[in-house]
Amino acid sequence: MAVTAKPTLDADKLRADFPIFDQSFHGKPLAFLDSAASSQKPRQMLEAMTRFYETSYANVHRGVYQLAERATEALEAAREKSCRLINAPEAREVIFTRNATESLNLVAYAWGLTNLGPGDVVLVTELEHHSNFVPWQYIAGRTGASFRMLPLDAGGELRLDELEAVVGRGTAKVVATNLVSNSLGTVNDVARLAAWAHERGAIMVCDAAQAVPHKRVDVLALGCDFLAFSGHKLCGPSGIGVLWGRAELLEAMEPFLLGGHMIKKVRLEETTWGDLPHKFEAGTAPMAEAVGLGAAIDYLGEIGFEAIEQHEHELVEYALGRFSELPSVTLYGPPADRRAGIVSFNVDGVHPHDVAQILDLEGVAIRAGHHCCQPLMTKLGVAATNRASFYLYTVPEEIDRLVEGVRKAKKLLG
Amino acid sequence: MADRYAGLVSGFDDLYRENILDHYKNPRNHGRIEPAGASAEGMNPLCGDEVTITVAFDEDGETIGDVRFEGRGCAISQASTSMLTELVKGRRAAEVLAFDKDELLDEVGIPLTPVRLKCAILGLHTLKVALGRATGAETDADEDIDVR
Repeated sequence: MAVTAKPTLDADKLRADFPIFDQSFHGKPLAFLDSAASSQKPRQMLEAMTRFYETSYANVHRGVYQLAERATEALEAAREKSCRLINAPEAREVIFTRNATESLNLVAYAWGLTNLGPGDVVLVTELEHHSNFVPWQYIAGRTGASFRMLPLDAGGELRLDELEAVVGRGTAKVVATNLVSNSLGTVNDVARLAAWAHERGAIMVCDAAQAVPHKRVDVLALGCDFLAFSGHKLCGPSGIGVLWGRAELLEAMEPFLLGGHMIKKVRLEETTWGDLPHKFEAGTAPMAEAVGLGAAIDYLGEIGFEAIEQHEHELVEYALGRFSELPSVTLYGPPADRRAGIVSFNVDGVHPHDVAQILDLEGVAIRAGHHCCQPLMTKLGVAATNRASFYLYTVPEEIDRLVEGVRKAKKLLG
Repeated sequence: MADRYAGLVSGFDDLYRENILDHYKNPRNHGRIEPAGASAEGMNPLCGDEVTITVAFDEDGETIGDVRFEGRGCAISQASTSMLTELVKGRRAAEVLAFDKDELLDEVGIPLTPVRLKCAILGLHTLKVALGRATGAETDADEDIDVR
């Protein structure tokens, strides 16, 4: 009989790749449960960046000497890896930015300022991170377009049945959503939203910052027009992000940042723009960061995205089960089968800052706050939540320590 | 590096010591004075801590005869506001407007990271705004704190 084995990974073994775990905090080993904010870094990625600085460093694209050639090749190899990571059709559609926020600002400014106007509707969701909310709100305001929000249901999932009602008689021009919510871990049906957006003639902008590090993401299967993610959440360095966009849209767009490298010809009367992706990459690129991103993509690829997703799914099931033992804990978000490795919760009578601080004293790092999702917090009727988030190096014992720490906080302050 | 904060936050005994827990669980001068001689609502939008402070002046119009607070938020914000009410009762408004935050922090008595410092001084800034409004004096309120 054929048995389909689920892909697995050995988190205990992988932890040895991460030097941060060699330290202790408050005399206890670090249980890092804040990977949704930023991930820890494997030695392989750090070494790749050091090696680049030591052996291949010069400014890219402009030099004619061999060293500059080598640096350029390293940058472009990272672009190729990023392209394959999300199954993008062409590497020239992959633009390096500083982070996912800059990627989303690029689309909002460079596409939105030209294409939006009165009567148009920009639709975001109640689940958005401020990075995919505030730029659209601002550009809608600048252009006279209407800015609207698709609501959530009580379980923390998008009310897709409300799409028509929310847009009403306006012309939908932009639908912007995340693939995975950073606050609740909700996995959104972006493919369905993209199909709806395209029927209405709108573009689909996907913030995949919480998805690309944790699961296989395919821009063609999603059917989106733009997709953003950051390097630092997927074991890469801070300071690099990616914007993927369909070539025909990127080509028709105005530039975003202007200056060196993004030009073709500069005359007093007029300047013309470079080809993709250079048109959107003004100034010196984040070269070593790109090399680090490429190394991180290789590292994750070797472990396998299916294995990472499965591992985090098991952790989330375990965490939700353990928390259900505590009557004082309120959990937010959908069931385990429709959420990524993120658990948001509150402890009755104990402010999240106190919970997080008490956990810190136990060596457990979680986030407490609004998670850059103030509209969502308003919906939940809270000022803040606690959030624990998992990655490939998270082990169940850390969730046990989390639950024990929450018990302690409740006993002390509740 | 691991213990950069070792002297700053060292354990339960320091951060959640009896004094803080006592004021958090049994806040002093809790409630609201109506009508109030001075009042303000302060909020730290970063973490959602809230306090509303109301003051009644003595017949001289400047001595704080009574002060009450209501609020919700973390233990540090609520306990420090409770301690503050004990410190300022019987003092003149001008004196409290010039009140140095270190005097309150000494009373709180625990070392705080910059993030938690905002929680600890929420009540003091809210009170200063309330007194400033009532007396027309300038205040040095923290701009990260919203006061209505």
